[in-house]
Amino acid sequence: MYDQPGRKQGHQVKWRGNKKVEKEEIIKLCRSLDEGNFADVMVVGGGISGIQASLDLATAGFKVYLIDKAPTIGGHMAQLDKTFPTNDCSMCIESPKFVECNRHPNIEIMTYTEVESCEGEAGDFRVTLVKKPRYIKEDNCTGCTTCVEYCPVSYPDKYNQEISKNKAVHIYFSQAIPLVTYIDDSCLFLKEKKCAICQSVCKNDAIDFGQKPERIVINVGAVILSPGFEPFDPALKPEYGYCRYQNVVTSMDYERLLCATGPYEGEILRASDREHPRNIAWIHCVGSRRVTTGDNSYCSAVCCTYTQKQVILTKDHDPSAHCTIFHNDIRSYGKDFERFYQRAERLPDVRFVRSYATIEREIPGTKNIIVRYSDPAEGVKESEFDMVVLSVGLNPPSDFRHLSAKFGIDLTDHGFCKINSANPMETSRRGIFVSGAFQGPMDIPESVVTASGAGSQCGELLGYRRGKLTRERVYPPERDTSKEKPKVGVYVCHCGANIGRVVDVPSTVDYALTLPNVVHAEEGLFICSTEAAQRIADSIRQNGLNRVVVAACTPRTHELLFRDTLREGGINQYLFDFANIREHCSWVHTMEKEEATEKAQDLIRMSVARSSLLEPLQESYLPVNKAALVIGGGVAGMTCALSIAAQGHEVFLLERDRELGGMARRIYYTLEGMDVQAYLSDLVKKVYRHPMLHVHTGAVINKVSGYVGNFTTNITSEKGYHEIRHGAAVIAIGAEQYTPSEYLYGEDERVMTNLELEGRIAAGDEKILKARTLVMIQCVGCRNEERNYCSRVCCSGSVKNALKLKDLNPEMDIYILFRDMRTYGFREDYYREASVRDIKFIRYEAEEKPQVEATHEDGRPVLRVTAIDYILGRKLAVDADFVCLAAAVVPSGSAREIAGLYKLSLGPDSFFQEAHVKLRPVDCAAEGVYLCGTAHYPKHIAETVSQAYGAAGRALTLLSHDTVVASGSVCDVDEKRCIGCGTCIPACRYGAIGFQDTRQGRKAVVNPVLCKGDGLCNAKCPTGAIYLKHYRDEQILRQIDAMFSEQWIADEEEIG
Amino acid sequence: MGRKTEMSIGHDFRPKVVGFLCNWCCYGGADLAGVSRFQYPPFIRVVRLMCSGRVDLSFIFRSFMDGADAVFIGGCHINDCHYNTEGNYDALSMTHLCKKLLERAGIDPKRLRLEWVSAGEGIRFAEVMKDFGKEIKKLGPLGAGEGVSREELQRRINEVVRLIPYIKLAKREKLALHDPDEARYESLYSKEEIDALFRDAPSYYIDPAKCQACMICFKKCPVEAIDGGKNRIHVIDQGKCIKCGTCFEACPPRFNAVAKIIGDSIPEAIPEGQRTIVRKK
Repeated sequence: MYDQPGRKQGHQVKWRGNKKVEKEEIIKLCRSLDEGNFADVMVVGGGISGIQASLDLATAGFKVYLIDKAPTIGGHMAQLDKTFPTNDCSMCIESPKFVECNRHPNIEIMTYTEVESCEGEAGDFRVTLVKKPRYIKEDNCTGCTTCVEYCPVSYPDKYNQEISKNKAVHIYFSQAIPLVTYIDDSCLFLKEKKCAICQSVCKNDAIDFGQKPERIVINVGAVILSPGFEPFDPALKPEYGYCRYQNVVTSMDYERLLCATGPYEGEILRASDREHPRNIAWIHCVGSRRVTTGDNSYCSAVCCTYTQKQVILTKDHDPSAHCTIFHNDIRSYGKDFERFYQRAERLPDVRFVRSYATIEREIPGTKNIIVRYSDPAEGVKESEFDMVVLSVGLNPPSDFRHLSAKFGIDLTDHGFCKINSANPMETSRRGIFVSGAFQGPMDIPESVVTASGAGSQCGELLGYRRGKLTRERVYPPERDTSKEKPKVGVYVCHCGANIGRVVDVPSTVDYALTLPNVVHAEEGLFICSTEAAQRIADSIRQNGLNRVVVAACTPRTHELLFRDTLREGGINQYLFDFANIREHCSWVHTMEKEEATEKAQDLIRMSVARSSLLEPLQESYLPVNKAALVIGGGVAGMTCALSIAAQGHEVFLLERDRELGGMARRIYYTLEGMDVQAYLSDLVKKVYRHPMLHVHTGAVINKVSGYVGNFTTNITSEKGYHEIRHGAAVIAIGAEQYTPSEYLYGEDERVMTNLELEGRIAAGDEKILKARTLVMIQCVGCRNEERNYCSRVCCSGSVKNALKLKDLNPEMDIYILFRDMRTYGFREDYYREASVRDIKFIRYEAEEKPQVEATHEDGRPVLRVTAIDYILGRKLAVDADFVCLAAAVVPSGSAREIAGLYKLSLGPDSFFQEAHVKLRPVDCAAEGVYLCGTAHYPKHIAETVSQAYGAAGRALTLLSHDTVVASGSVCDVDEKRCIGCGTCIPACRYGAIGFQDTRQGRKAVVNPVLCKGDGLCNAKCPTGAIYLKHYRDEQILRQIDAMFSEQWIADEEEIG
Repeated sequence: MGRKTEMSIGHDFRPKVVGFLCNWCCYGGADLAGVSRFQYPPFIRVVRLMCSGRVDLSFIFRSFMDGADAVFIGGCHINDCHYNTEGNYDALSMTHLCKKLLERAGIDPKRLRLEWVSAGEGIRFAEVMKDFGKEIKKLGPLGAGEGVSREELQRRINEVVRLIPYIKLAKREKLALHDPDEARYESLYSKEEIDALFRDAPSYYIDPAKCQACMICFKKCPVEAIDGGKNRIHVIDQGKCIKCGTCFEACPPRFNAVAKIIGDSIPEAIPEGQRTIVRKK
């Protein structure tokens, strides 16, 4: 598969004859090098984009090094309080990914490490890393934070934007990976060789002041750069007042103020007097959309929406707060952003003011801030605020020049990575890919999409070595415990002092030994340490344990670790229960030691009781069909299909039309100047030439059955009837253009849509090119009640056509009537160019739409467009030769049908719904189905290409495996008890429950593959016939009984 | 003096609260409360479930039966459920039904509380715990607060528990209601409706004169509540019967031996010694 020439657009990959590295050679290489120094891919930057890229690649069979210069992975996302537009808690959704990375056998995380150089070429890079001394032996440190407690030095905490203080030795934040401390250069010992208290209090001998920077060389086949961004620093420009006035903060500072783990534990306080600000202003576009020195000309793309988020959260914190937002265009161009904006705007005492605003001065005494702005009614005004938040933009990473030099990649004028506009993950150096905000300002889902996309391209490049370096854990054989009486082992953790200081651990261990079925109990300083895990595994064997209860922290982070320990000990992983005596006990009842100890003992007793009834469960392994089905033959579908096929998988590509190309067939050029038709014809050729890719045009899907790894889709196409078996499906059915019913469209042939205008320009239509005046009207058919979303592409589309017309006929008068110009990101530069080239932008309000009327002026037929010019405050009439409507992008007419066939859901605007808006943007909630292109939401070609590669990357995480694992905790039916009432069936929206006919009548039956284990059916079943394994009624009732110990112990004695 | 004792009881009273928290949101919120060191009273003992929709009516009644002073259910905010099934709606409906049933059993419905707490709302979890703790302390220990003896309470709880399977069947539509308007759930179940449930709950009785001991109902009973055998007249153990009506549906029409009795008392079961059917050859 690696010797097919020309399988990858953008550049040719030819391995034949020259750089192809044979398997034996790789094995030889691995042996010659220290095993740790050889990997497939290095990911540089451990923010959300780097994390996603690492997880995708490692899961798809590659060994990955994940490098971060910070003391932990996490990046900027870890600093955010919530994420828009769902207001999900940022840390809550990101930290499980940390744990996943940390536990992945194929990901090697190196933090506090920087890249020194990167030599070699695609397939064979030699990356030199420098590991900075953290003065902590990572293997010894358990993260107990005793050293932090004793450290006498406080210095501004970077994680909290230096608003609060932390110690010279500390953990970067409490979910950090690795969860170990590091010592900052503010340390007294490092500065003056004094102190070293930490060394004497550390019980694990983890402090090592002798550490020196360490140079490490790693050989990899490819590199993904995901260094993220740097928030714009307003302190560089005194007029922003930042650092000069205490109550002027940046939006990043404000994120920390909002956050419960922030400097004031989630209270929004002013730095000057620690009072709650009642009247807060936000100033948009700080450092963005400005051509003044020190600012950026581009739009930072995320600030409008994050500001709205901050406003909503502020009102959550303090419903009486007054919020004023000084803004330019509101750029709510993303999925569900428009509704989010409306939500913020409709809150009481929230005022959106469309005005340029400046910080005037600070009021002595109150330290309030005076902001100057202009009001359409009253002219220039000044207002006083308790606090001002600067909505700062996104700069390239601070070390962008070094990145460019070290990796030999080109940069744009703005300092971001120079990318191929037809493939945003491709840098100027082959084998080095880029994901996330180093491509340009973008939000979290786009960072995730481009990460998966970069991953897919690494997969194309390194397909020949997939699975060669990766390993899987090997466990000892599992003992059959089904005939044994319960023998429970209880392990109580001190967690350094976190638990032990509050809960009396030794007496709790003694207590545990008195409980029924408990045969062994012990305490440990850190049960989660590798050494303690080994001890548990050994004691399972020695004591013949068949149940384990760990009383420590939370199962949400550590359950998988201990399940693993049980497997190491040779018993089924489900025979484990967790008693949370830290988060739910010692940390929240710090002052009530006696009550906390009693509670800890109750929780342990409950766990022991439940564990005695736990059953061994088997995770099921389902075979994976290696083929993929891609539905939709546009740019998204073709790109995705090619990337999957290039990684050695058969792909069936379905297109409803007789020709491939989709909407791109009607697009001729992009804003950035790409020749779309040439690109498209090249893409189509590649698709047809690829031997693994089977195209079905004129295709109709008749029927779909199956589930992840094993779908069957019946289709009829020009080639006849086919039954396609495939493991994964990609939805790339695209979108359509709205057919306007307004502005004389369809009545007067001089009124056309953006796409029609583009077609006529491309065809060299003289009438258009010779026009004297042309008016474009934005937001036709969307941002209204019927379609409450922004079509994202039309503002740039109009600017693009306007600039093209100006090129061809500089004399033409062009007007663009808009509501908000949403030329986000680098597109802003083209918007500016359009203004400079005398294209007239006139804003209108939704309530006062422009009017178009066919009439005559001086005997010449014209389209008279009238609108209110809000700047001049008067009615304006333009006589145009042509009117062009920026018609909305609307969901495909077949979206609902396809959604029904594959059991997918559509969002409120009938675009396909992703599994998680932020972190699973190309996965559908139904496993094994992926999503890309405008089926998801309107987007530009480059964004579509990113998403197409992203979907391919995600599909490969499934297709590269022979089997897929399904949890053992799923539902099952006790047929004897089932009365066939059917109550359970509608309760399961996964469609996992059906009826089957038996000799005893119809009975419910569960398809364990579709069951997600929520257990709703169990709660609804009147007879207890359907039950959720691992959370069975008996298990939970026993746990409840055990809380009231007499009841349970009596029961146990009866059984015993 | 009596009053002083009462007050000191009130002061020492440490409520026992059973908590059912969904793994994805409220349990995470409780974790975050811990991480953030937000303090709250040590009354709750948490049972972790994957979804608040998994909470069964029987879990709540078992808790009160065992001696809990209160039950807390914590789920994800509406529309934030981790599952496609949006189980928190199910928890919402179940909780409202349960409150009505508690009332019928003479238990103050305030002893059951359902709250939405996201994994990011550590502070909210702590606040809710403090507030709920205060409220339960005000109500006093279970039974004592209501002025009902433990035995009487258990008898009443048992009365409800016996009917749970029937209630789940009878109220299946309402229990599955998913309505974004949370206020609608407030009035979803009326007192009359609950009274009717208890008044109209049927009992099933096998007429020994008609039973042909054909074993059909005997085999089909999901909870093995029917005693009998080949040539032995079938008898329903009313203590075990869950009123699902399977026997009623199953009995062949030509025998018509199973009777559905509403309101009236059920005839005594036929004595053991008289159950054998002697068939003519």
